[in-house]
Amino acid sequence: MSRPRFLRAQRMPIVNGILFLVVLIVVLQLWLLTATMNAYLGGDTAVVIPAAAASLLCLGLNLGLLRYLYRLD
Amino acid sequence: MIQKGNPDPTELELQTKPPDGRPQAEQPRWRKDFPIAWPQDEWISRRELTKFIVLTSGALAVGQLWIVFKSLIRPRGRPFPEEVVATVDELPVGGAKTFTYPPGSPPRLLVRTGRWEFVAYDQQCTHLQCPVVPQVELGRLHCPCHDGEFDLKTGDVLAGPPQRALPKVTLEVRGSQIYATGIEENLG
Repeated sequence: MSRPRFLRAQRMPIVNGILFLVVLIVVLQLWLLTATMNAYLGGDTAVVIPAAAASLLCLGLNLGLLRYLYRLD
Repeated sequence: MIQKGNPDPTELELQTKPPDGRPQAEQPRWRKDFPIAWPQDEWISRRELTKFIVLTSGALAVGQLWIVFKSLIRPRGRPFPEEVVATVDELPVGGAKTFTYPPGSPPRLLVRTGRWEFVAYDQQCTHLQCPVVPQVELGRLHCPCHDGEFDLKTGDVLAGPPQRALPKVTLEVRGSQIYATGIEENLG
């Protein structure tokens, strides 16, 4: 079994940092969803597709961070 | 998790270290009976938490795509039918009446604001769907649930928590009959 790149004590701040970033991105997505829903219900559909693209980008970032987290072992 | 073979002593200590930091001999019996690798446990719980937050992120992205889907299938510029919703004599000046237009839609509110002046809007407040009440003498529509106020002439928000104006029903008066001819999505 090969030694991990980081000791557990070193991994904890990394994990906490990733967790913080993921939460931050999810809050951004939540705000984006409520703002888009409000615009859509008001009849403004111009923002719908850019907002969806931004939300998918956020999801991609989160998946990348999660993948990195799982590869820390 | 304790590795078999020749584990690194430092790592082994980290894995078996109790949360209060005291030596094993001073730990309560229950903790000796059920030793938990606390640092690892904590780390895994953070990882699991992150996984579920990312699942939430996926759900939010799906919600966003649902809005795109709804906006794509929503009919645009569809001609609304013309329908008689009331007669002029039916309402006194300052009076109001609810109707549905087109049939099966949420209730709309027709208000007579003058001798030959009529306005009609969605009856449901754009905040939390409470029915609005016309206050013709004050020139506004009032939502009693959270004190939302809309302009009676335009449907725009005057005060309170609503963020969007009331959708307006376009009307035409022909003879003694009032026709609804369409819906304006008011962005004001």
